[in-house]
Amino acid sequence: MSQLEIKDLHISIGDKPIVKGLTLTVRRGEVHALMGPNGTGKSTLAKAIAGHPSYTITSGEVLLDGRSILAMHPDERARAGIFLAFQYPSEIPGVSIANFLRAAVQARLGEGEELDATAYYKRLYSKMDLLQIDRKFTSRSVNDGFSGGEKKRCEILQMAMLEPAFALMDETDSGLDIDALRIVADGVNALRSTNLGVLMITHYQRLLGYIVPDHVHVMWDGRIVKSGDKSLALELEAKGYDWVKNELVPA
Amino acid sequence: MSVTTPDSVVGSFTAEVFDAHLASVAHLPAWWLDRKREAWARFCALPLPKRTDEAWRFATLTGLKLDGYALPAPVTAAGLGHTPIGIAKAGRLVFANNRLVASDPVAAALAERGVIFETLQNALRKHGDLVKSHLLAQPATLGAEKFSALHTALLDDGAFIFLPKGVEIADPLAVFHYAAGAGAAVFPHTLVIAEQDTRATIVDFFRSADAGAHFACGRNDLYASHGAQLTYVAAQTWSRETLSFQSNSTVARRDARVLSLNLHLGGRQSRHESHSQLQAPGAHSEMLALTVAHGAQEFDQRTRQIHQAPHTSSNLLYKNALLGRSKTIFSGLIVVDPDAQKTDAYQSNRNLMLSDDAEANSLPGLEIQANDVRCSHGATSSRIDPEQEFYLQARGIAKDAADELLTFGFFEEVLSKLGHEPLHDALRDLVKAKFQAQPAAAAPSPA
Ligand SMILES: Nc1ncnc2c1ncn2[C@@H]1O[C@H](COP(=O)(O)OP(=O)(O)OP(=O)(O)O)[C@@H](O)[C@H]1O
Ligand SMILES: [Mg+2]
Repeated sequence: MSQLEIKDLHISIGDKPIVKGLTLTVRRGEVHALMGPNGTGKSTLAKAIAGHPSYTITSGEVLLDGRSILAMHPDERARAGIFLAFQYPSEIPGVSIANFLRAAVQARLGEGEELDATAYYKRLYSKMDLLQIDRKFTSRSVNDGFSGGEKKRCEILQMAMLEPAFALMDETDSGLDIDALRIVADGVNALRSTNLGVLMITHYQRLLGYIVPDHVHVMWDGRIVKSGDKSLALELEAKGYDWVKNELVPA
Repeated sequence: MSVTTPDSVVGSFTAEVFDAHLASVAHLPAWWLDRKREAWARFCALPLPKRTDEAWRFATLTGLKLDGYALPAPVTAAGLGHTPIGIAKAGRLVFANNRLVASDPVAAALAERGVIFETLQNALRKHGDLVKSHLLAQPATLGAEKFSALHTALLDDGAFIFLPKGVEIADPLAVFHYAAGAGAAVFPHTLVIAEQDTRATIVDFFRSADAGAHFACGRNDLYASHGAQLTYVAAQTWSRETLSFQSNSTVARRDARVLSLNLHLGGRQSRHESHSQLQAPGAHSEMLALTVAHGAQEFDQRTRQIHQAPHTSSNLLYKNALLGRSKTIFSGLIVVDPDAQKTDAYQSNRNLMLSDDAEANSLPGLEIQANDVRCSHGATSSRIDPEQEFYLQARGIAKDAADELLTFGFFEEVLSKLGHEPLHDALRDLVKAKFQAQPAAAAPSPA
């Protein structure tokens, strides 16, 4: 079975350890929710797995179907099936969504293989319709001047176009209004049924009502301190992070 | 050879060469021949640029030698390997080695309304006074006067475009200027006279027919009368061994709007001088340029925005992308005359450094003699934003392709001002072709 394994991972920024021994396995078709207070290292984990150059993996492993991805460039990891939906997507003035996604799709074709432009646009428009994104967005610059919610929806559009095996979704729900949340959740659920594995970072139980997780993990100071099923998210919401701090974190 | 024209100063362009040229154009009217002789004397008298010349600051003077060039033999269109640009054109003139080799005239309806789209030589026969009053009428003042004089002395033929009052032409008028054969010296010339309330787009293409070392010394004059709206585009793709000088001069009269966009891709060492004169209220000049500098290429751009009347505006945006060991120079000056109140002038040079070994020099300047104006200038050099690069890579786009995409993004601000999609795409394709011909990592070409 295809899986993304994170094994005793330690990540530093500069010489400051942020993630301090995190182990987690996501199988395809599963949704894992990762929750935890601000600054605990959730985004660091997601970006490091995607290959961001500012993060140093000091020890541990990340295996995709048993093979380490840590020596791969970020673009190679992406082509191998990993997708990061950014908490704060970059704005790229002057590069249209259409050209950007086209380059991303083109990058997945074999040597000498040409992209079928008609088929590409057809697919792009059908995904946009599904996510209720105005087709006019294709000629707009990537995330440039987008509202918070538009950026998040655009991340999901990219995910839908690139069809990854594993998605690291970093607070995709933040900034979405209730209708957008439902649309995005429907999009993710549709992909999930086609065997997408998801690591979903969120602060809100609200999202988990729409995308029901198989597993919930609570992160604290660079480690997972408790894992459970969807009821853990409810418990966390009821008891707050003081509960985590006082009862779950080893002294 | 006379004592005033030692070899070191004139290189290949000796008195014998000039005399032979004069003999070959003996049919020209006396006024033109006189201008040639005056210009030749000026060329001989003016010194080559020196290290201490402010107008040549940062330029590689050793690259300016005029040895090894000659007025080239005629060629035919067949030998040029002319590639179409894939846009609908209202007319086309193709020059190679200073002579017309192919043309498509403007539609009969336009010709009947008085539109002239001709060679200088033909225009001279039919519209002598018009040619006489506008040919080389604007001064070149940005440092390359010696080379400007050479252009005037050896100019043989070029494009003459006249738009009579009220004429609007939707599709671009295209002029191709080729240099063919090793050592070919060419003197491209495009003269545009736009009468009141006209609207047109003119595109100059500067091309080499082969990879030889060419010498190009060109000139482009735009005259925009009351209310005229001109778009001028130049796409320079000379061979990588070419030494080129180009001087542009724009005159904008009352309420005239001129947009010029110069795309610089080719050449070994290229100097481009651009003057805009805002001569009457409401005149506006949009001065745009894009440069992709690879290998050991040098692009030297000097500009002047000259506000001579109140309520005039100009906006300059020059963007350079530098790779390899390339070098760019931007030196711009906004000049506001004492009575040019309410001038609104902006000047900006932005450099995208894609290599640690490249060098971008920027010398922005203001010379303001009026007190009620809005003028500002700025210059920046930046690298690819690592967060943007990572974002693209995280979508599976390899680093080189990501950087290329970001460079296009950087250029888009300029290209989008064209407001002409086919032309926009054609220019993008030229930039793309340059990236494909020499990716970022490739070795620099020999200087
Ligand atoms: N580039 C950086 N340089 C220095 N410190 C950083 C950098 N990026 C993150 N950090 C620090 O690392 C820690 C973890 O940050 P991270 O963004 O991973 O937290 P998070 O769990 O995603 O928080 P949030 O819920 O607020 O998104 C924080 O203390 C943060 O300040
Ligand atoms: Mg975060």
